[in-house]
Amino acid sequence: MSHEATARLRSHIRSKKWESYKLFLLALPVIIYIFVFKYMPLWGWSYAFFSYRPGLSLAQCDFVGLQNFENLFGNAVMRQNLFRVLRNTFGIQILNYVLMPVPMLFAIFLSEIKSKRFQKVIQTVTTLPHFISWVIMFSLASSIFGSSGLINSMIHDMGFEATINILTTDDHVWITQALLNLWKSMGWNAIVYFAAITGLDQQVYEAAEIDGANRWQKISKITIPLLMPTFFVLLVINIGNFLNSGIDQFLAFSNALNMSQIEVLDLYVYNLGIGSGQISFSVAVGIMKSVVAVILFASANFASKKIRGTSVF
Amino acid sequence: MTGILKHKPDAGETRHIKMTPEDKVYNIIFTIVFALVGLICVYPFYYLIICTISEQQAVSLNQVFLLPTGINFDNYIEIFQVQGLAQAAFISVARTVITTAISLVFTSYGAYIFTKQNMWGHKIWYRFVVVTMYFSAGMIPIYMNNRLLGLTNTFWIYVVPLCLSVYNMVLVKTSIESMSPELEESAYLDGAGYLTRFFRIVLPLQGPILATVSLFTAVNQWNDFFTTQMYVTNTKLYTLQFLLYELLNQVTAAADQIANENPYATITPVGIRLTLTAIVTIPIICVYPFVQKFYVKGIMVGAVKG
Repeated sequence: MSHEATARLRSHIRSKKWESYKLFLLALPVIIYIFVFKYMPLWGWSYAFFSYRPGLSLAQCDFVGLQNFENLFGNAVMRQNLFRVLRNTFGIQILNYVLMPVPMLFAIFLSEIKSKRFQKVIQTVTTLPHFISWVIMFSLASSIFGSSGLINSMIHDMGFEATINILTTDDHVWITQALLNLWKSMGWNAIVYFAAITGLDQQVYEAAEIDGANRWQKISKITIPLLMPTFFVLLVINIGNFLNSGIDQFLAFSNALNMSQIEVLDLYVYNLGIGSGQISFSVAVGIMKSVVAVILFASANFASKKIRGTSVF
Repeated sequence: MTGILKHKPDAGETRHIKMTPEDKVYNIIFTIVFALVGLICVYPFYYLIICTISEQQAVSLNQVFLLPTGINFDNYIEIFQVQGLAQAAFISVARTVITTAISLVFTSYGAYIFTKQNMWGHKIWYRFVVVTMYFSAGMIPIYMNNRLLGLTNTFWIYVVPLCLSVYNMVLVKTSIESMSPELEESAYLDGAGYLTRFFRIVLPLQGPILATVSLFTAVNQWNDFFTTQMYVTNTKLYTLQFLLYELLNQVTAAADQIANENPYATITPVGIRLTLTAIVTIPIICVYPFVQKFYVKGIMVGAVKG
């Protein structure tokens, strides 16, 4: 190899190296941003190992080791509260899972209707609630279901004395919240199924028609089995998010009367940490939540790999 | 795939011709059922609007539920006497516009840079970023971190923590990767650097997916009330959503305040609540039909990506 060629090659390699560093430098703002807002908060986990009091710096607080975690289970009141909010979280989320096939069935039956324009209108209308906030949801719900709302005033106009309490009671809180969530998210969650149905091979249906299959047989023997993979993926994603029930819905709908039933894990962490200033305890609860969430993600992914051969995440 | 699409209209037509009596019955029954479902979704919004434009007396007697009576827009004029409403509207619009704009540029910038496989440590850094979708330090540690960064009680709490969404970044990255590389190559041969190529070539070609992620960001910004609840005590920084949230807990106070300032005001506590709800909802109802085709596309990209 001539001297000149070696020099050219070397400069080429160097420019390639420089190019890769340059790209790293260009990515640095993103990496730093992610570090500051996603990784840096992890230092806050250390609060769980101190007896932190607001106003003091961590160095001024007593190091207590795992005592906060022990108290969560050892202290009778803390333990009862923790079990109560876990029960609420599980109750509401399991009802949400039970209702998960509803958007799928909605999409299946709606796409059986002949008029495309009618389909479009219903789809548009049912998706709208997805875009409003839970505060608006609460406002709408209380003007309709509230003690002086539309439904109760209609009952009174018809001459009945009874008042139906839906929002300010600790009865049937879970199912109420799950149904409100269904109302808000049904159209939105159906979009994926609509797209999947559009992508199904029409020849299968034609073949079934020739074999004399009726509408119900086509739905139950063809459409539903073909949509199961989509359903399964969404189910796995949702199970991964089991503890992330969100806080907006429950903060907006909570009041003194239903708090014992509506307080989910996220809301509990908020009430404990920001409401009563028990930062150390709430961080301890939060850590356990994060750990369980990661385990759930991993096992949902593992299950998906075992059953379907592909990972979801 | 194209074969399926070509077959579609045919399949529809054959079905149309072969409509049996059973099909007709099905069609009628399910049209009614779905019309009811649609009605259940729309009626609360309709009820909200007619209550705000009807006579307040009729509303408080619950006589308004099908058609508005005595249409007037007094509520919408008087609501602006609620203290801090104009300011809250300004903050809501400002945070939505500013954060959406910044997030749009920063998210797609990150997406573009991470399409470059020859980056030093590409694999590690990309993992470093993407893995944050699956874990969170938790609400309180994030709160402590933002407090440490001096964001509490400033306008920037609405902007800075939310100007990069990793999920959206992955969506945009997928979209950029599906773009033909020749487009960028020709600009590269003309001597354009990464930033020029990003702003001049790549960004303008990602229209639909950028519209989608902007829509998601904007709706989240507009709807958020929890950030205010958690981080903001300065009333000047309240948003419309938070004002509504506060008002839902203490409507009578606001009505008294208006009555004190303006004895001729006719707005009632219920009127205030409904009108404010309508003010927050109407922008979404107005924008929504125009952006519908984008979000369908966006949710599909997300679903494919899983």
